[in-house]
Amino acid sequence: MDRIPILKMGEFLLVSIQVDMHDRLALALQDDLTEGIVKHRARGVMIDISALEMVDSFIGRMLSNIANMARLLDSHTVVVGMQPSVAITLVELGLPMRGIRTALDVEKGIALLRAATQGSSGDGIANN
Amino acid sequence: MPRTTTHLAEILKNHEGDLLKDWVSLQSSGLGRRASEHALRADSSEFLAAFKEAAQSAGSSSLQSENWRPVRDFLSNLSASRAKEGFSPSETANFIFSLKLPLFTRLRSEVGDSKILAEEIWSTTELLDELGLFTTEAYQKTREETIARQQQELLELSTPVVRLWENVLALPLIGTLDSGRTQVVMQNLLEAIVATRSDIAIIDITGVPTVDTLVAQHLLKTVAAARLMGADCIISGIRPQIAQTIIHLGVDLSEVITKATMADAFKVALERTGMSVVRTERRSGQ
Repeated sequence: MDRIPILKMGEFLLVSIQVDMHDRLALALQDDLTEGIVKHRARGVMIDISALEMVDSFIGRMLSNIANMARLLDSHTVVVGMQPSVAITLVELGLPMRGIRTALDVEKGIALLRAATQGSSGDGIANN
Repeated sequence: MPRTTTHLAEILKNHEGDLLKDWVSLQSSGLGRRASEHALRADSSEFLAAFKEAAQSAGSSSLQSENWRPVRDFLSNLSASRAKEGFSPSETANFIFSLKLPLFTRLRSEVGDSKILAEEIWSTTELLDELGLFTTEAYQKTREETIARQQQELLELSTPVVRLWENVLALPLIGTLDSGRTQVVMQNLLEAIVATRSDIAIIDITGVPTVDTLVAQHLLKTVAAARLMGADCIISGIRPQIAQTIIHLGVDLSEVITKATMADAFKVALERTGMSVVRTERRSGQ
């Protein structure tokens, strides 16, 4: 069974969705990602959907599920590279994906994640 | 009912010159100075020639047949050009209807038998009415095409996306926002966000005459779509009246930054992108 690769970039995980998502693939991605966040102690997850021309309610829900799961594991999620037509479709479907951060491209996504993690890692026990 | 156009064809053939003269003078008295006599005469004689040809060859066939094609083509061209020149529909249709009087006068003098005459007049009337209706239809079609084209142009003209600063876009909206326009606005905005890699878009609604729940919903949709692309929106240009309407309608705009003027919105945008405007020492001009 094929899986979507998860790349580790420092304290962030990068997922690039380039194939049509179906149920099993989505479940596998959720498994892998949650395990990856715990294993690598990732502070942020970036999901690149620039290759997707079509996003339906299923993928929309999957993305917000992943974001919520990541939040439970104290990790920030940012979705990057959404196509204009996809954004319009999601809004028309009534799925504005509240709670998910979005950025135009990977570069801006990383900047956003940096800003988010810097804000939250200042408190608690200092790591050295 | 089969048409007996034998007399009609004959009259058209024998009296073409007289008919033309009477017809043109009738038309020009009806139209006043709107059309030049010369153009009217040219149009009329061209139509009469085509009409004669068709009446002779077509016999009893219907207007939709191949024999009438030159006449139909001529009439649709004429209606189209008249619609563009600003003639009224009745003026355009009168081009055909004013032919009745000279034609019937000739028929009456040519045909002796009253029964045949009545039949002849009836079939000619029917034919001319049909042609008149055809003219009106062609006129209407041209007008509709014009309206559709203008709507499209309006759609494109009235939704510019302006780049105000590095990473700051402005979207001055003018006119009422319906769902069709919202779609175009959204598309233009999102494409501009991608092209300029902007972080902030200012939607200025100074030119939007009224904001009802539907317009507000469309605005919120645009904001949500821009947010999905990673850009924040500021809505500016909210007039006092519109602020009151929005609150009375119970529209929730609390999730969006709103400013009264574009200048205020621009200030926020600059702050967000880490820029500031500084007054420099005024240059000592001559």
